[in-house]
Amino acid sequence: MKAILKTERLNAFFESFHAVRDVNLEVTPNSVYALIGPSGCGKSTLLRTMNRLHEETAGASVQGKVILEGKNIYDAGVDPVAIRRRIGMVFQKPNPFPSMSIFDNTIVGLKLAGIRKLSLLNEVAERSLKRSALWDEVKDKLKEPSTSLSGGQQQRLCIARALAIEPPVLLMDEPTSALDPISTARIEELVTELKKLVTVVIVTHNMQQASRISDSTGFMYLGELVESDKTSKIFTNPHDERTERYVTGRYG
Amino acid sequence: MSVIQLNLRDRRRKIIDRLMLLLLVMSAFFAVIPLLFVFYYVMSKALPHINLEFFYQLPVPVGESGGGMGNAVMGTMKLLGIASIVGIPWGIFIGIYLSEYGKSKTANAVRFFTDLFTSVPSIIIGLFVYGLIVKPMGSFSGIAGGLSLAVIMIPIIGRSTEEILKLTPIHIREAGLALGLSRRKVIIQIVLRGSASAVFTGVLLAIARASGETAPLLFTALNNSFWSNSLLEPMASLPVQIFTYAVSPFEEWQNQAWVGAFVLVFFVFGVNLLVRIWFNFGVKR
Repeated sequence: MKAILKTERLNAFFESFHAVRDVNLEVTPNSVYALIGPSGCGKSTLLRTMNRLHEETAGASVQGKVILEGKNIYDAGVDPVAIRRRIGMVFQKPNPFPSMSIFDNTIVGLKLAGIRKLSLLNEVAERSLKRSALWDEVKDKLKEPSTSLSGGQQQRLCIARALAIEPPVLLMDEPTSALDPISTARIEELVTELKKLVTVVIVTHNMQQASRISDSTGFMYLGELVESDKTSKIFTNPHDERTERYVTGRYG
Repeated sequence: MSVIQLNLRDRRRKIIDRLMLLLLVMSAFFAVIPLLFVFYYVMSKALPHINLEFFYQLPVPVGESGGGMGNAVMGTMKLLGIASIVGIPWGIFIGIYLSEYGKSKTANAVRFFTDLFTSVPSIIIGLFVYGLIVKPMGSFSGIAGGLSLAVIMIPIIGRSTEEILKLTPIHIREAGLALGLSRRKVIIQIVLRGSASAVFTGVLLAIARASGETAPLLFTALNNSFWSNSLLEPMASLPVQIFTYAVSPFEEWQNQAWVGAFVLVFFVFGVNLLVRIWFNFGVKR
């Protein structure tokens, strides 16, 4: 199958620090791709180059290509704002907008893009919250502040917010690392469900999580993508010795 | 070490603890006393003379009874209006610049000079606006007065807005950017709107501060015994009118000055109280 997202000789820097080195990877449509590796190996940075969020940090820069749906998002003249509407993101810490209600958080991406039609916004809010498996818990309190929800609910609200603008790709940066085991399980279940709608690239430091929910896995070490393959292959019969040492728990 | 020695040391520690606490409470208490005294004194001097006419009648010549400071009350409102129209957006823009783009050398310089500006004596600001506007225009005017108050408000609003916007965590801004919103929308619709009540608090405090300024108005709006017909004429204001009447030898005028002082003190007090209530409400929500 043709890749929906791929990188070609991708490098990322913070000032002179070389955080991501010559990464080539391919993600097939409607699959879950997990990035694993020890802390500080560059997996989050790699993820943040894929929606051009990396460059928003002062002193950060990128070289190489990220090809989304056949187009390099780093070509001259490409508007990063437009790119980010095709590729959503969920962060490590649940970050709903604290001053907005649950409803407003869900449709904020559409509303601030100028869509005012209430019937449409209602429809999108319900659909997105159902997709993020939050609807039943919040349908009677959509006007309440987002901060009244638990951490796990807030994270599913953030997923609904990202899904509302219907991006074909969803990036997730350690989305369960701040959550309890039950909330984590719900999000993992959700990711497996979401595969029908979107392609997911997920960064995780939890190897069990990667093996449970992903179809393909990439192992990163010191900024390099050491190995990228079917998840079952990475965890049972890795090609590279460093991958094997990591998945068997000998470092990281 | 014996038990008796331990007990002694323990008691010494407790006595010092009590003494220090007493010292802290006393210093807080003595800091508040002058304020209560100001309230009491202004009220006792003003209440016997306060009446409705004060708020809508013009001052009368010496010897006549009655009259008020209607023109000064109106003048102060107009001056604060001009100062707000100019100063609030300007100050908020500075705050946005410092908070969102504030890492460069230029921003550090702006921050330094903004801080410096808040400590410039206000009479110097009056002289500055005198040179900038009054001299070229050839007349004292309400416009010049309003602008001099704006100059006082801008750095206060700028710095308070900066500090408030900085409280919004970076991951909230990133969430907005990741949704495909432009930086402008993230700043205005998410960061600024999300902290609107706190920004408004800073604005109200700046207005309260400007409302009592006298020195910058002496060189700019000057004073006027009558209603000002246009913003290009000299304009009366409460602080200047209080000053003029308080230093006069006439008892009638001095009494009027006390009433003016009462109105001003309670306006500032009221604004501060409003801010507190507003802010507590906002935080609880």
